[in-house]
Amino acid sequence: MMRKSGSTIIKHLKSSSFGLTSWTPKSPLPLAPPSFPQILQIPAAGDFSNFCSRRFESVNAEKTPDSDTTDRNHDQALVFPEGKVKFTPEMRFISETAEERECCYRILDDNGNQILSSNYVEVSKEVAVKMYTNMVTLQTMDTIFYEAQRQGRISFYLTTVGEEATNIASAAALTIDDIVFPQYREAGVLLWRGFTLQEFANQCFSNKADYGKGRQMPIHYGSNKLNYVTIASTVATQLPQAVGAAYSLKMDRKDACVVAYVGDGGTSEGDFHAALNFAAVKEAPVIFFCRNNGWAISTPTSDQFRSDGVVVKGRAYGIRSIRVDGNDALAVYGAVHAARDMAIREQRPILIEALTYRVGHHSTSDDSTKYRPVEEIEWWKMERDPVSRFRKWMENNSWWSDKQELEARNSARKQILHAIQEAEKVDKPPIADIFTDVYDSPSSDLREQEKLLRDTIQRHPCDYPSDFPL
Amino acid sequence: MGLCRFGRLVKGVGVGRRRPFATSSSAAGGDEMIVRGTGSKSLNLYSAINQALHIALETDPRSYVFGEDVSFGGVFRCTTGLADRFGKQRVFNTPLCEQGIVGFGIGLAAMKSNSQIIFFQLLIRHASRFSSVLSSIVNEAAKFRYRSGNQFNCGGLTIRAPYGAVGHGGHYHSQSPEAFFCHVPGLKVVIPRSPLQAKGLLLSCIRDPNPVVFFEPKVIREGTDITLVGWGAQLSVMEQACKEAESDGISCELIDLRTLLPWDKDTVEASVRKTGRLLRPLDENGLISHEAPVTGGFGAEISASIVERCFLRLEAPVARVCGLDTPFPLVFEPFYMPTKNKILDAIKSTVNF
Repeated sequence: MMRKSGSTIIKHLKSSSFGLTSWTPKSPLPLAPPSFPQILQIPAAGDFSNFCSRRFESVNAEKTPDSDTTDRNHDQALVFPEGKVKFTPEMRFISETAEERECCYRILDDNGNQILSSNYVEVSKEVAVKMYTNMVTLQTMDTIFYEAQRQGRISFYLTTVGEEATNIASAAALTIDDIVFPQYREAGVLLWRGFTLQEFANQCFSNKADYGKGRQMPIHYGSNKLNYVTIASTVATQLPQAVGAAYSLKMDRKDACVVAYVGDGGTSEGDFHAALNFAAVKEAPVIFFCRNNGWAISTPTSDQFRSDGVVVKGRAYGIRSIRVDGNDALAVYGAVHAARDMAIREQRPILIEALTYRVGHHSTSDDSTKYRPVEEIEWWKMERDPVSRFRKWMENNSWWSDKQELEARNSARKQILHAIQEAEKVDKPPIADIFTDVYDSPSSDLREQEKLLRDTIQRHPCDYPSDFPL
Repeated sequence: MGLCRFGRLVKGVGVGRRRPFATSSSAAGGDEMIVRGTGSKSLNLYSAINQALHIALETDPRSYVFGEDVSFGGVFRCTTGLADRFGKQRVFNTPLCEQGIVGFGIGLAAMKSNSQIIFFQLLIRHASRFSSVLSSIVNEAAKFRYRSGNQFNCGGLTIRAPYGAVGHGGHYHSQSPEAFFCHVPGLKVVIPRSPLQAKGLLLSCIRDPNPVVFFEPKVIREGTDITLVGWGAQLSVMEQACKEAESDGISCELIDLRTLLPWDKDTVEASVRKTGRLLRPLDENGLISHEAPVTGGFGAEISASIVERCFLRLEAPVARVCGLDTPFPLVFEPFYMPTKNKILDAIKSTVNF
């Protein structure tokens, strides 16, 4: 029976706002989950007592066979697996959006001035200088490699322009034991971890020093030593894998988490939803870091989803989430630092949505001016550049000078040009590498095919490039 | 390394043979002989799988079994008792999402844990589920080692799935999708025909340094002498045909391929080339049978390879007795199936070609 007028229903739609919780460094420790006693030592403690997580309650259906499923008190409720559900005679639909968009955490304003914050995660001078220097190196590498592709020296390239802060600051807040499952626009994370410019160049130039043996397109980096799982071109497939890896860390009681990167487009893939759900159910220590840069090649986020971005999707899966200004390196650093702390200490997944912008084209195979206004690109490039914003903050702290700037850029440029020249001198991978690593050792079919190929090369050497060692 | 390991383990449960990678024929001592010789207790397929999983979980504390309905023992009872014995952190239900299960398993395996994924028929057989699983298996599991230049691999990952006709399955519960996976370098595809084989092969798969797709036949009948090329439950149908052919004076050699990728070409070739021990006509003829649709089935691959290697020795075209090129039709199952008499007719017409 519908007795309420439409306007009353609408009033109900404007339900009370969700409980918000702030993370505070150096507050008393919460109790660790019973299965992970005192084994993890985290430097900065967080206060999570405000969270009203239902995680450890009512995992199983409450079995109350002889009690009524509804009690007869004023607050009538249904006993249901995840806890009591209150009844209401008011028909109300949950609104498709909250009244206001989820806020975006930031600490640096557009001019690099630090905004007063109650739970700011301190960044030391040493770390800040390394962060900024890495951003400069990343920018320089992108510029030179992009040019190298334009000159035909490498077949493909993909820049991180505009997303230097999401790259470097997120990496800086992790430890080397944390396992990275990248999408593909996170070269900066690898740079921070110590992948050398020569190693970057070797991969892009597909020479025999490339760990991938020249078999994948440029920018598909990976490093076992640096806990950076080799990039695949496929979108979002890394996410459920990250959850599996995180579960392994959990079971092995490691003081580490997994960090999986994904773009805004990737959140539409089934894998994204599978991963978030698995992570929540398995209570896996994994950080999903979404770089919402507005564009999935040519698809704007308005064609991608109708939710308030990505951050709100965490709640639906029971995952704690935060939206952060991706062009504010300090905010990204703080959010990832806190997320890591919670992920490991509480053994739970965290979702971070970083709002940023892909200033570059999707890749060297793309011309983004065909589908987005140049003014938009320029605005993000000039007004919201994460690198110059961070530099201003550094200068305000007297941690960076024009002289250092000049030196850093010159040095990066020299090193990268050198790395490219060296990479070009190194031989291509040997023919045998076509057949290795399909299995742990080649099957008889593969050995036979290798022999056939070698015979053919001998008979028709002109058909094949000569710079591949036999 | 993996190949050898396969061989040793298979031998350990009594079905091993000269070839390192899982091929047997009765001529050299198939499972039947050894089963009787060692006086093994009778064992059904699901108990065999269950025992293998017990051993795997027991011997490697970093091995896991998970999937849909795993906790309570599974729709086919393969995981009965595992969760109680090894705990819910190692044997657990997952959300109902195959791409999540496979992706999770790859990540777990990449961390050097053995992971056992369990699917159930309803899900992997469903065409729409199948496509999402294919992406994770084809693009991720199979290429994990190759794309990283062996920096990372997901060896230890074993994906189990039931396959084949069940008598009441219809489109989704009765499919035989092995050929899809056989087209993916980097995977191994294994199909046991009997409980004893299943136990040994499954343990070998779990310990193999490569990702393996392991198909479990739903119905297994015991048989003895062998002559044609097949795998899985179809073997018992072929055996019956062989027996009847024998009473017509045609002696057959039956090869159980067991591992479809990589498959044992040498044994098949040797059998086709063989003279003397078996009656002549069939030596130089081949017949392949599988339940999956004939077009583009794995029988086509075998047929092409036999022709490549033994063209001059063949006295008749290689015959294929397979499922029809239709979705699996529930009520027409008896018509769809590559039955004993279809095989027998093909044996006769091939021999008399």
